[in-house]
Amino acid sequence: MRYLPHTDVEIQQMLDTIGVSSIEELFSGVPEECRLKRPLDLPVGKSESELLGFLRELSLKNITVSTCDSFLGGGAYNHFIPAVVDHLVSRSEFYTAYTPYQPEISQGTLQAIFEFQTLICQLTGMDVANASMYDGASACAEAVLLTVRAGKKRKKVLLSETLPPQYRETVATYCRYLDIELIIIAHANGVTDTAKLQTLLDDQVAAVVVGYPNYFGQVEDLAAIAELTHAVGARLVATVAEPLSLALFKSPGELGADVVVGEGQSFGIPMSYGGPGIGFFAVRKKDMRVLPGRLVGETVDQDGKRGFVLTLATREQHIRREKATSNICSNQGMCILMVSIYLALHGKQGLRSLAELNYAKAAYAKEKIGQLDGFEIAFSGESFNEFVVTCPESPTVLRQRLEQQGILAGIDLVKDYSALENGLLVCVTEQNNREQIDRLTDALAGGDL
Amino acid sequence: MISTESRGLVLDEKLLFEQSQPGRIGYSIAALDVPAVLPESKLLRDDISGFPELSEVDVVRHYTRLSTWNYGVDSGFYPLGSCTMKYNPKVNEAAARLPGFSDLHPHAPDNFSQGALELMYNLQCDLGEVSGFPAMTLQPAAGAQGEFAGMLMIRAWQEAKGEKRNKVIIPDTAHGTNPASAALCGYEVITVPSDGVLSKEAVAAVMDDDVAALMVTNPNTLGLFEADIREICDLVHERGGLVYSDGANLNALMGISRPGDLGIDVMHFNLHKTFSTPHGGGGPGSGPVGVVEKLKPFLPVPFVVQDGDGYKLEYNCPQSIGRMKSFFGHFSILVRAYSYILSMGGTGLKQATELAVLNANYIRARLEGEFDLPYKQRSLHEVVFSEDGLHNDCHTLDVAKRLIDYGYHPPTIYFPLVVHGALMIEPTETESRQSIDEFCDAMLAIAAEAKNSPELLKQAPVRAKVKRLDEATAARKPKLRWNS
Repeated sequence: MRYLPHTDVEIQQMLDTIGVSSIEELFSGVPEECRLKRPLDLPVGKSESELLGFLRELSLKNITVSTCDSFLGGGAYNHFIPAVVDHLVSRSEFYTAYTPYQPEISQGTLQAIFEFQTLICQLTGMDVANASMYDGASACAEAVLLTVRAGKKRKKVLLSETLPPQYRETVATYCRYLDIELIIIAHANGVTDTAKLQTLLDDQVAAVVVGYPNYFGQVEDLAAIAELTHAVGARLVATVAEPLSLALFKSPGELGADVVVGEGQSFGIPMSYGGPGIGFFAVRKKDMRVLPGRLVGETVDQDGKRGFVLTLATREQHIRREKATSNICSNQGMCILMVSIYLALHGKQGLRSLAELNYAKAAYAKEKIGQLDGFEIAFSGESFNEFVVTCPESPTVLRQRLEQQGILAGIDLVKDYSALENGLLVCVTEQNNREQIDRLTDALAGGDL
Repeated sequence: MISTESRGLVLDEKLLFEQSQPGRIGYSIAALDVPAVLPESKLLRDDISGFPELSEVDVVRHYTRLSTWNYGVDSGFYPLGSCTMKYNPKVNEAAARLPGFSDLHPHAPDNFSQGALELMYNLQCDLGEVSGFPAMTLQPAAGAQGEFAGMLMIRAWQEAKGEKRNKVIIPDTAHGTNPASAALCGYEVITVPSDGVLSKEAVAAVMDDDVAALMVTNPNTLGLFEADIREICDLVHERGGLVYSDGANLNALMGISRPGDLGIDVMHFNLHKTFSTPHGGGGPGSGPVGVVEKLKPFLPVPFVVQDGDGYKLEYNCPQSIGRMKSFFGHFSILVRAYSYILSMGGTGLKQATELAVLNANYIRARLEGEFDLPYKQRSLHEVVFSEDGLHNDCHTLDVAKRLIDYGYHPPTIYFPLVVHGALMIEPTETESRQSIDEFCDAMLAIAAEAKNSPELLKQAPVRAKVKRLDEATAARKPKLRWNS
């Protein structure tokens, strides 16, 4: 086997040094009754060429965003990834390293994380960001736990109905056996209903959690929600599933959010059937010491030279064990690099231009679909990339008809929002050109391609 | 080993933000082919203050230079105990990047995703064969999330039977994530002392009807197989509890022993350890969880099932603990692990385990005379020395830092907590005898230096990009971001 370097002669020499006669003897600590008495029932190993051929075949059974017209979003976004990103993350000094516990030989990873933390703070308008969580949904769940931890005796958390359903479900899983009451705030016209919110707020509420933009692509009035939330002493958690929007719209920090979490997949991470992505997590300074996850800080070495280290570890599981702020012990290192490289390439101007391009494309699609007979744009407010279309027939039927024509028209909302029985969530990014959008509108209208 | 003749060129590199030049660009964006339009201006933000402006060349040089300050498995021997830093095969990277996998949208309907679903189904079966568990979730994002999912299933199973238990037993050798994950499920943690291995008596002494589960790692973090595991499982089961196994050390058992055959009820895998997927500087990992039949109804949703001639995602599972994350798991990591299993085959996986154990025992044999070995039972894939016996007040940290000067990544240090100044060494199977001999020579040279010139250890490392860093100040006055 090409990954196993030992020759028979070397194995014998090593056994001699150890003082045993066979490899079998090394397993004498495993009692007989614990042994597997047969070979593993797995096929023989494949050569590299057989393996790649086999996996390529398997991969071709998938129909992807590059082999059809896709208007799917809903928490995973089809954005172009510059060649530089994969080229640089393929440097194996990065991807074959472990968590940077030994800072002297991990300065590359550590400086990259420090820069990532800064980029996230700048985008979100917050003071402190950690070295990332698994994804947007788990970051949202950890944000809920943080607000309850920091909120002392407060045990209620209000989740907007417009949060991505996957996020709400993950929050529910995380809180399943903890003393936390989760309450859903209904939406009105596609955004969190502030009148309903007001009736739910009291001094037992630790946090209000809303999407920005929300699952329907709508841009919530965060400032108004922040004011109501702060009036009862609770924290506002803004959840950003499509962070490209942050280059265009006011940052959640500027609008009063106390915690900003989200999913960074949009920034240079392949969709890969939904994972891995990266959760980002940013707070105000006051909550720095109750953050979950890894943090990298700047310091100096014995000669006074700048360097970076993992820091504030006393929050973490390897020291605090069951009293830790979280059980997480990873950061999404490889994805941190993808996001940082992507953001560094686009920079201040590029990210804004790209966000404007995305906004204009979606606006064009929104307008064209809104003009079709029987179709309506469900909600009136501002949206980014995504919007909900009310269809004249069941979107399930419609979607399947368009699938036959090689178009993934969007996400059927009825499974998660029973009141939106004809709702279709359509997403348009810079990867959809005008011809594709026109084909979609023609196909929706029932025309042939 | 890096000889004294080695010379390096270590270049400094400013932060992205410090190199930024107003107006410089590193992107190209397609022209607008629809009418230009903007949201109403009161919603718009000003520019992103402090955000970098760089050229493509700036960015490429920046990250290339940063990478040279890192040490990875591809740089050299990485004997980090309990982390299984084996070689990360390059073909796996190619497999994960096949466009049919990397461009697949998670909301694509099942009939568009048959290749991905088939791969996940097959991987579930293969992991089941290696571990002996009949049911599997691939969803957890990492080992710690796998632990959390597993403990949630245990709690859900017991509550479905109308039982509410509040305690979990965890040995003192366990990883810190074990108690942290148990606490997230609302459990109180009872720590049980072990003398190298866990005894029936020690478990019996704390086992009662309020104990939901025992969490064990097998082989444990000392590299020792828990020889009484079957009887311990029986004992816990008799009192209505379940047994969770941390699969961190599965690399010691492939083809030798299957946790599912021993009475274990739940176990998580670390695909980034046993199944060769890269650690990525901290992640992404992947932590599938195998369970016994009776826990199957509680698996996270969705999971992959056969559907006629094809496959589908199953959501209809009323007793499920729910969803752990946005989608179905770290799919591109699953592709890498599957690619590894296909490359190795059943025979290759067993051989990997055998050679990992051979390598660890060879290191033990070569170093046992100079370094103190507190637990002398036959160990498997890793060996743990203590700092006792080092001369001139030299400590584990000093040995670790001096190893850097010799060109090695240090072992895991000060863990497990039961060993005084632990040096935990796990070589894995992908190291040749030569690389292990050179490492052992370096360890012996360092032990001699501790005796004769301890200052070499105390001031180490001197050959890395930076010397020892002031971690106390970093924590006392945290500077966690760049500011202009």
